[in-house]
Parts: sequence; structure tokens; C-alpha cells
Amino acid sequence: MKSNRLKWLAAPYGVWAAGFIIIPLVMIVFYAFTSQETGGFTLANFDDVFTGEVMKALGLSLGLALVSTLICILLAYPLAMILAGMKVSQKSFIVFIFILPMWMNFLLRTFAWQTLLEKNGVINTVLGAINLPPLEIINTPWAIVFGMVYNFLPFMILPIYNVLIKLDQDVVNAARDLGASSFQTFWKVTFPLSLPGVISGVTMVFIPSLTTFVISDLLGGGKILLIGNMIEQEFKQLNNWNVGSAMSMILLLFVIVSMVVENKYDKTGEGTAL
Amino acid sequence: MKNKLIDLVNISKSYDGVTVLDELNLYIRENEFLTLLGPSGCGKTTTLRILGGFERPDHGNVFFNGNDITGLPPNKRQLNTVFQKYALFPHMSVAENISFGLKIKNKPQGYIDDKIRYALKLVNMDGYENRYPAALSGGQQQRVAIARAIVNEPKVLLLDEPLGALDLKLRQDMQYELMRLKNELGITFVYVTHDQEEALTMSDTIVVMNQGYIQQIGTPEDIYNEPQNAFVADFIGDSNILDGRMIRDKLVEILGVKFDCVDTGFGENKPVDVVIRPEDVELVKPEKGILSGRVTSIIFKGVHYEMEVHANGYDWLVHSTRLQEVGKEVGIYVDPFNIQIMNKPESTDEEAVPVEE
Repeated sequence: MKSNRLKWLAAPYGVWAAGFIIIPLVMIVFYAFTSQETGGFTLANFDDVFTGEVMKALGLSLGLALVSTLICILLAYPLAMILAGMKVSQKSFIVFIFILPMWMNFLLRTFAWQTLLEKNGVINTVLGAINLPPLEIINTPWAIVFGMVYNFLPFMILPIYNVLIKLDQDVVNAARDLGASSFQTFWKVTFPLSLPGVISGVTMVFIPSLTTFVISDLLGGGKILLIGNMIEQEFKQLNNWNVGSAMSMILLLFVIVSMVVENKYDKTGEGTAL
Repeated sequence: MKNKLIDLVNISKSYDGVTVLDELNLYIRENEFLTLLGPSGCGKTTTLRILGGFERPDHGNVFFNGNDITGLPPNKRQLNTVFQKYALFPHMSVAENISFGLKIKNKPQGYIDDKIRYALKLVNMDGYENRYPAALSGGQQQRVAIARAIVNEPKVLLLDEPLGALDLKLRQDMQYELMRLKNELGITFVYVTHDQEEALTMSDTIVVMNQGYIQQIGTPEDIYNEPQNAFVADFIGDSNILDGRMIRDKLVEILGVKFDCVDTGFGENKPVDVVIRPEDVELVKPEKGILSGRVTSIIFKGVHYEMEVHANGYDWLVHSTRLQEVGKEVGIYVDPFNIQIMNKPESTDEEAVPVEE
């Protein structure tokens, strides 16, 4: 078999995956269930996770990720629809425009927004110059939501766009032909058929939003703690890898649930094809 | 004759500067089975899409029952379409697909259930209500697409090459089914195909199109027996198309030999196109033929043999049930009644172009 002979080509990646994915995962599980003092098996780490402070951070993370995802859907869907209906020549320019920020470093972009949104930053200077009230958004949850939407929006647009361009236009025509208005056609045919793309986009925006700590750090002024920040603190400041791992496992649970939901609806894998 | 139901007046349409339809005029009568026939790119599908409301003509008007519907969206038109690749809603069951139009119109549930049952019976698909399109064969999907369209009781059913994706046997069965359906429903069918046999089998009227122009409108018999130009003759069935010269009324010269014919009114010494169907070429003893030649190839086709006879520099296509031998000297005879004389095309758009299959 040809495929068997070519299997060894996958070996380098196998080593990579073992070293940087499998082993770290095993270590997280190991640390989560062992005591920092004795090194023996314990469930005590989870007691430190299920505290008011951590649960509050987790709740806030879920809330902000949910809001960001929702905003991304509302922004991305119409754009993806317009884009899918365009001629190829116009399309490439628009795609270029919205992908452009993705080529710049993620940290750099977020730093840039920190500067722009500051109390005496560029935006407020401009607003002041034209006698408008200043934008007091920096260091609030809204700044974090803004940062999430700004950074993850392309990941919502692309999967929806991918599904929409593959949609058989005659299926949409058929709905119109059978008497449906354009509004009815959208809700009964186009939207349900594009759901795999939407769900794919939701996971691709929701999971990174849920786990981020850079955006909340930079745009939240270090005062708003998300679950990502809590985990970072445990590892870096408190040096408690065991509790940090336990928190990571809780977060991992949400990631796995999202992936399961996505797999259930996007059976063909169409939506994930970037 | 029955009255005009649809009237297309001076319809023009072009895409990116390429003219697809040029000043097309066509009317469709009530209860007619009309087929738009032509090679790909001839404008037949565009014509159907303009009828369905999916495309707007650049110029011209579409009248339905005397009302101008040119700008009316598809959902406001009293016609329904059966799409080429079925275009069933993949996320809905067969019953949901069929009831889509009725639910939009807020029909009562009892009425909808009756209609689903009736439509599925009509297309021989009883018991398939809860299946999903992905679990159906191409032929079954086609039947559901037809059922989905006819439950809305359209005045006109538009069919865009609906049998194109089916295999030969199924296609022939479906041709009879469609004819039966049309008779049972008593509505107008506008059918698009590139398959001349399909067109000849089912239609009341055939519209032969090429490069955005109508070449000929007529009954299947007219189109086959009296093609108006070389394109139609070439497209409908096999034929021998020869350059000829009309010497005078009822006498034409082909390949340097004079043939008696029945056509008049072409003038004298006028260049013409001559069409002779392969089944009208009779092979006789060499001395009894109008001209003689040699059999160069024989292919068995089931009903008949397809033979080529080289005579006077032309390879004659001959269909005959009587087998000859390759290399045999034969005479060629054509009954005057079977010689079709046509004027040479005046413009390039009437010219016969090779047909891609």
C-alpha cells in the first residue's frame, strides 16, 4: 500500500504532537490531582478552584465571551452575505481589507488599542477637539469585549462566508419560487443551511475569548480578572502549578463541550475550512 | 387555438457584454407542452429564468394573462420551477419540502396533509414523507421536486433540464410520467432541454434556439420533417446537409448531379442548402441509383444499420435495416418528396454550429 509507505512522513509531526500537546496535557492532569506539599494524590486543588473569586472570574469570562461572540455574529453574518454575493474581482479587495489586521501581531494590535482608547489617548483627543464627550471605555469590561471582537471577528466571517458561497443558489431560488419573500427565504432556508458555518465561527470566537488573558490585561487595566488571568496568576505569581492546572482543567471542560457541540452540527467540516 | 398565456416581447439579455438573448419574441398558449431546445449557451435556460423571475431582461417585457410581470419577483408569479439539480431543501424531509409553498401561503394543516399525500401519489412516491433528500436517488429527488412544485397549483410549470442527470432508462420512463402528469394536471409546461429526442417525444410545440435567436417554432413533426435551416436540420436528428443549386422549380443540383424535388419558389440558379435524412437515402443497385458509390463503414445500431457511402466526394450517412457489405458498390436514390431545400443563411447566427454533447 502506497499510503503505508508514506506514513513515516508523519513521524516529525507525531514527535511534535507528543512533545507539545500530549505530554503537557498529561502534566496538567497530573498536577491538578497532586498536592503541592506532599506530591500525593488529592482533590484539594479543586477546592481552591470552586471559590467565589475564581467562579466570579469564570462567570465574567463566560459572559464577556458570549457577548463578544454575539456581536461577532451580528457583524460578520451580513458582511459574509454581502461578500458571498459579490463578483470575484470586488471580493478579493474586501477580503484583503478585513484580513489585513490579521497579518499584524496580535499583541501589537491590542497594545495599539490600549493607546488609542486611553483617557488622554488619540480617540479622546480627537473627540475633545470636535467638542464631543470623551469615550470612557478603557479599563471597563466593554473595552475587553471590544478587544475580543476586534481580534476574533475574521474567525467568524470566514467560516460563514465559506458556507454561504457553497450554498446552491437554486435552493434559495426554489424558496422564492415557492412563494417565500426574501425575509422568509432567509430564515427558512439560507440561515438554517449556513448554521454549520455559524457554529464553527462561534467556537472559533468563543473559545479564544473565553481563555484570553492578554486582552483583559491590556484593555482591562489589570483590574478586571478573567479566568485566563486567574490561571496566569496561579502559575506565574503564586507559583502554584497544581491549583493552576486544576483551573485549566475546568476551562478545558468548556472547550471540550464547545468542540463537541461544533462537531455535532458541522459534520462535513465545511465551516472549519479556512 | 387556445389563447396566449405568456407573451415574451422583444426580450434581450446580456451578461458582461455577451449577448445571450437578442430581441426574442415568443408566446406560450394555455395547456401547451412547449420545449425550448438548443445547444448549451443558446439562451434557453436564460429564457426560462426570465419566465421564473430569477433574471430580469435588459430590454423587453413578459406578459402573463395580459399583465406585465417583467418586474415581479418570483414569489409573486403564478408559476413554479423544477430546477436542473432538483434544488430540494436538504434540511427538510420530503413532506416538509412539499409543504413549503403551502405553509408560506398559510393553508390549513388538513389541506396541506391531503396535498402531500396527493402529490406523492401522483409522482409514485407514497410512503416517502419522512425521508430526507440525501437518502433519495436522483430519480426520486426529481419526483419530489416535481411534487413540491405542483402542490401549489401553478398555471405554468417550468422545467429546466429536469432529466439531465438521470440514466437513459429512467429518463425515458420519466418522459412518459411527465406527459401523463401534464394531462392529469391540465396545466402549461415549459420545458428546457438540449436532448432533441426528449423534445420530439414530449412536446406539443418545439422552439429551436441557437446563439440567442429562435431558429424555428413548430410541432415536432414540422421541426423534423421541414427544418427551416441547416442548423435545425443538423440539430434535430442526423442528416446529410449538402450544398446545392436550385436549377429551376422542382430540380436541384447536388454534387454535380440533378435530383428531382418538390420545392418551388427558390428562383433559378440559386445556391441552397439541401437536407436529406439518413433514413430517406435508399441504397439500390448501382445502375438504378441517381448516383453511385462505395460503402465505407457499417455500424449496427439496434433498430437499423448506420452506414457511410462515399459517392461523388461526399460521405452519405445512411440508415437502413438491410445490411450491405463494406466496399460494395451501391446506387443512391432519394425520393423527390424527401429532399428538403432551404435558403442559405443570411446571417451568421443562423449558421449551423457544431453541437457539443
